[in-house]
Amino acid sequence: MREYLLGNAAIARGLLEAGVGLVAGYPGTPSSEIIETVASIKTKMPMHVEWSVNEKVALEVAAGASWTGRRAAATMKHVGLNVAADPFMTLAYLGVGAGLVVICADDPYCHSSQNEQDSRRYAQFAGIPCLDPKNPQEAKEMTVFAFEFSEKFNIPVMLRPTTRVSHAREDVQVGAVAAPGKQGRFIKDPARRVALPSHARPLHSELLAKQAAMEEALESAPWNRLQLHGDVGIIASGIAGLYAEEAALELDEDLSLLCIGSYPLPKRLISRMLEHVSKVIVIEELEPVVEEQVQMIAREINPSVKILGKAQSIPREGELDYLQVRNAIARMIGRPEREALQCPAVSILPPRPPSLCAGCSHRATYYAMRKVFGKKAIYPSDIGCYTMAVGMGTVDTCLCMGASITLASGIRFGGEEEGICCSLGDSTFLHGGMTGLLNAAYNKAKITVTILDNSTTAMTGHQPHPGTGMTATGEKTTMVSIEALAKALGAGLVETVDPYNLDETMESFQRAKDYSGLSVIIAKQPCVIKARRSGLRPQSFLVGEECIGCKICLDFGCPAIEFENDKARINALCSGCGVCAAICSSSAIREVAK
Amino acid sequence: MRTSECDLVIVGVGGQGVILISDVIGRAAVLAGKPVCGAETHGMAQRGGSVINHTRIGCRFSPMVASGGADVLVALEPAEALRFAQFLSPTGVALVNTRAVLPSTVTSGKAEYPSLPEILTPLRAHSRKVFAMDATALAEMAGSAQAMNVVMLGALSGYIPLSEDLILQALSLVVPPRFLEANKKAFALGKAEVE
Repeated sequence: MREYLLGNAAIARGLLEAGVGLVAGYPGTPSSEIIETVASIKTKMPMHVEWSVNEKVALEVAAGASWTGRRAAATMKHVGLNVAADPFMTLAYLGVGAGLVVICADDPYCHSSQNEQDSRRYAQFAGIPCLDPKNPQEAKEMTVFAFEFSEKFNIPVMLRPTTRVSHAREDVQVGAVAAPGKQGRFIKDPARRVALPSHARPLHSELLAKQAAMEEALESAPWNRLQLHGDVGIIASGIAGLYAEEAALELDEDLSLLCIGSYPLPKRLISRMLEHVSKVIVIEELEPVVEEQVQMIAREINPSVKILGKAQSIPREGELDYLQVRNAIARMIGRPEREALQCPAVSILPPRPPSLCAGCSHRATYYAMRKVFGKKAIYPSDIGCYTMAVGMGTVDTCLCMGASITLASGIRFGGEEEGICCSLGDSTFLHGGMTGLLNAAYNKAKITVTILDNSTTAMTGHQPHPGTGMTATGEKTTMVSIEALAKALGAGLVETVDPYNLDETMESFQRAKDYSGLSVIIAKQPCVIKARRSGLRPQSFLVGEECIGCKICLDFGCPAIEFENDKARINALCSGCGVCAAICSSSAIREVAK
Repeated sequence: MRTSECDLVIVGVGGQGVILISDVIGRAAVLAGKPVCGAETHGMAQRGGSVINHTRIGCRFSPMVASGGADVLVALEPAEALRFAQFLSPTGVALVNTRAVLPSTVTSGKAEYPSLPEILTPLRAHSRKVFAMDATALAEMAGSAQAMNVVMLGALSGYIPLSEDLILQALSLVVPPRFLEANKKAFALGKAEVE
């Protein structure tokens, strides 16, 4: 049967077809829909699906399950692997029980990310095999294969889709869902489960020794395909293989083509290509992982072969597209390039950047924060919807999950004397902010930490977290109190406010600013998208005749507020938060009469 | 040599229902036994930002339509039609909803929104055929302003190598049953608009 599936849904399908017993992950674009799909399929299968608190936790939970003999997977975005790097590197030594798959979705071009690191480097670094799918169908097949390979070689396997695979859709051939293995049991085996130095040394030797065997086994994997034709060749990895195949067909040239989908690289296939051609271009997104190996192999096999790649025509940043690949191939074979079309009138268009929603409580919190702390204060921020408020002047830094608090501490200890008020979301706080808050308390950082608590993981699609009292599968669970956590972690002043109540919020910020130690303000108001979906429809607001056109409300930046004929106007996007009414200088904004 | 039977680029603003159109087409293609692939926008770009979806019917290659490669550009919003016009082939067709959605840069007075002729004139210079319609008004006539995307799907239906029966069958798989009648009406109104 074929189904039109999102890449991530195809991966989820692969997990079910492989009989996975546990899936754990932390949301992050472009990986989030994998767990959402698995969680939404109500099978009678005895399996455990969870949103973990962060990626390190997810991978460790998955490893534990694998060690009981159940197939397990951890999902994350590429930067999540940085968080999970600690267990990732050592799990390569310790190995698995049943298959363990790390699904790490890369984001070339930073569509929704703070960097575009190439996870194939991580796999290489750890000595862990990596599967790099070109499309949803391959992603599904690789998911199933990854478990088998993991078990065969006693090692975790990385599946590395990119945005254009995870968020592609395709007609995917689906197979039967398999039942997870029987209930697991942990078998004690200190030499393989306890990474003492005396155990780690022989395990490292073992890891190095199995590289050659893994490479040999991957040579014949179906996603490494060599077609020898003319004496000009293309070596392409992942989705670049599809661009290259399409370009060869469009150009109607008899080119040799090697498509690559797994690492360690198939050296024999590469050697055969290098023996056959006089010129070859290596096409891959981001890092020259394949290209470096091709160069090394060529030195032994055929030093005279001309190798084109990153230095000539394939960018090392951003994502590739069809025309880039087509033109790089055209240049190599002396055919004319095809220019991208331009529509000159595009310059008349207004920009349409993503922005905080109408009525988003983050805007209100930032407004109050800035009013109290002023222009000169330092505002470290974090990863989430609120980073989009960079234009409000309250986002001075964004580094990685939870870094707002630690950067704020470092900025204080570095000697900064201005007020320092950092901010991060509830999910980000629970993911990577708690240790930073503890550190700030322990080391006496005089800063204010604002937790923008909208009771969900909004940016990635409203996933639940420990503060929501709901699990990934919709079951009720302990609802962790962020206020109690902040107190327990050592903050001296902790206050929870309703950011829609501007006066109260500003008073709280003032107390925090004046406080002599570490203060925490929790600005709590549900995400407007989530509130609307749950049926909440507060009365909207309008601008009355009293408006004097001062534009104070306009500067607030809510997309529901427009300016027309020298007066403000509230449009249909209004979600009824009422904050603009509070900041209006002429009391012209009021609730629409019922 | 052509590498795809029909390439579509569907654009709009986050929340307008761009993905639904591609989902219906993809499912209809599967019902027709044709290979189909597409690429969509998630995450950051959805928060009121521009949204672009690529859909390729009868294609086994990458899900992305090349610049100048789209046979049809479907725009749920006029400015977005022009923003992504570079994807449309000079021999292609543009289907444009004329109802503007003002970006925050305009409502806050930082930028201006061009007039409809300022948008449609360069678009007409760029491609063979441009159909402009107030799809939002047609959707309201059909009983649901939300069904604007389905009006545009109806307008699109005559330009893709898939039968109307299969498209409507796929639509019924995607739309909740209680909205199906209004959506079918919206589809018919959109289709009539370009006939």
